[in-house]
Amino acid sequence: MSPELTESHLAVEDALFREVVAAGEPFMKEIKKGQVLRILDLEGNQAVDTLFYSATDCEERYDANNTIRTQGNIYLSTGTILRSNEGNPMLTITADTCGRHDTLGGACSAESNTVRYALEKRHMHSCRDSFLMALADWDKDLDKRDLSSNINFFMNVPVTPEGNLTFEDGISEAGRYVEMRAEMDVIVLISNCPQLNNPCNAYNPTPVEVLIWEY
Amino acid sequence: MSDSAAAIFDPSLELWEERVRGGAHWSGVLRRGNTLRVTDLKGGANVAMLFYNYEDKLERYNMADTLKGQHTAFLTKGNVCYSDMGRVMCSISDDTCGWHDTIGGVSNASLVRQKFGQARYQEHRNEYYRNGFDSLLNELAKFGLGKRDLVANLNLFSKVSVDEDGNMQFQQDNSKTGDYVDLRFEMNSLVVLSTCQHPLDPAAKYNPGDIDLAAWRSGPAGADDPCRNACAENQRAFLNTERLYA
Repeated sequence: MSPELTESHLAVEDALFREVVAAGEPFMKEIKKGQVLRILDLEGNQAVDTLFYSATDCEERYDANNTIRTQGNIYLSTGTILRSNEGNPMLTITADTCGRHDTLGGACSAESNTVRYALEKRHMHSCRDSFLMALADWDKDLDKRDLSSNINFFMNVPVTPEGNLTFEDGISEAGRYVEMRAEMDVIVLISNCPQLNNPCNAYNPTPVEVLIWEY
Repeated sequence: MSDSAAAIFDPSLELWEERVRGGAHWSGVLRRGNTLRVTDLKGGANVAMLFYNYEDKLERYNMADTLKGQHTAFLTKGNVCYSDMGRVMCSISDDTCGWHDTIGGVSNASLVRQKFGQARYQEHRNEYYRNGFDSLLNELAKFGLGKRDLVANLNLFSKVSVDEDGNMQFQQDNSKTGDYVDLRFEMNSLVVLSTCQHPLDPAAKYNPGDIDLAAWRSGPAGADDPCRNACAENQRAFLNTERLYA
């Protein structure tokens, strides 16, 4: 089945915030209830590892299991309600020109690189390193304990009926985006993935753009 | 003990045994080199489970790393559970069930109330309805841990398959009476579990299944161990664990 694509009616010139996040960089920002967040894949096939925390109580955070179980489907796309560990709606995906996004594949780390590729890959930059440094700079008490199962926007991690899980070439292209409306005040934490050892970034990590609108 | 861990349960090596009722929660420490056998006593049990490095509880079971390292969405004999630090926490050295869920998560208070109604302690004493999220949190709190530590869990004995469009389907009758899974601990681990029903279990009644826990001194994985040698990723993760205990 080819995923359904949904375009946004929001105009880029109306955005109240725009920032390009370079490959391998983190991004962290509070988004108010009702605001719309767009992540734009500028050059194509770029995985964007993403976590959300409630801005009023950071112990409430994005929960991959609750999100996929409640909708009965492992892929995220238009209509998906991103749910918290308390079961509450945090954001709703309102537009998606890529088609589907992963939330089982997690974030790469120095340690997982040693396991997946070779012990000598430990030095390579990773999403969890970006997450840790962004959390350390944030003015709240967040650290490694707060890294839970994340979303991988634009990443393609199919699960087969037999239960195999693979990393496939991305299905995103330059200019594709995913857009979501905040249902509560949230903090978004992004790592623009630096992984060079598998096809999640087409072996060439590239910049993405974050845009925010007042709805 | 030889180079290989004792693959088969030997009663003379048993350390302890404990029955855990359906709907209960439990926690305990399993040392490196000991195996925990979890047995589904009546069939259809579910065991929501998480592991933490007992000496450094910041290190914990990581669903995504476990799945990616082994290119699988479920766990069975020959698989291992990875921590978020690239180490093997425990190996599945034996399994008569065949499929343990990694993606379904846990039930919570509102889900249990919605499915089964309310049964409070006040009226029902210890038959009151419990849920997976609060049960795991209850055990975690005994070790100074909390919601921040309650990450994506295993569900022993439950099967959730995914079709070509990504739809999740709970498969009933996955686990039969007497089915067991052996978790051989390669790391000193805090184990927390809840025997509440799986959140996708369509059963109309609150009827969580009883399990038995038995620990024995098996020894850790040897050089020729099938879990270690199941893939190059597992071999490297075992090396990372062994460096910790070097």
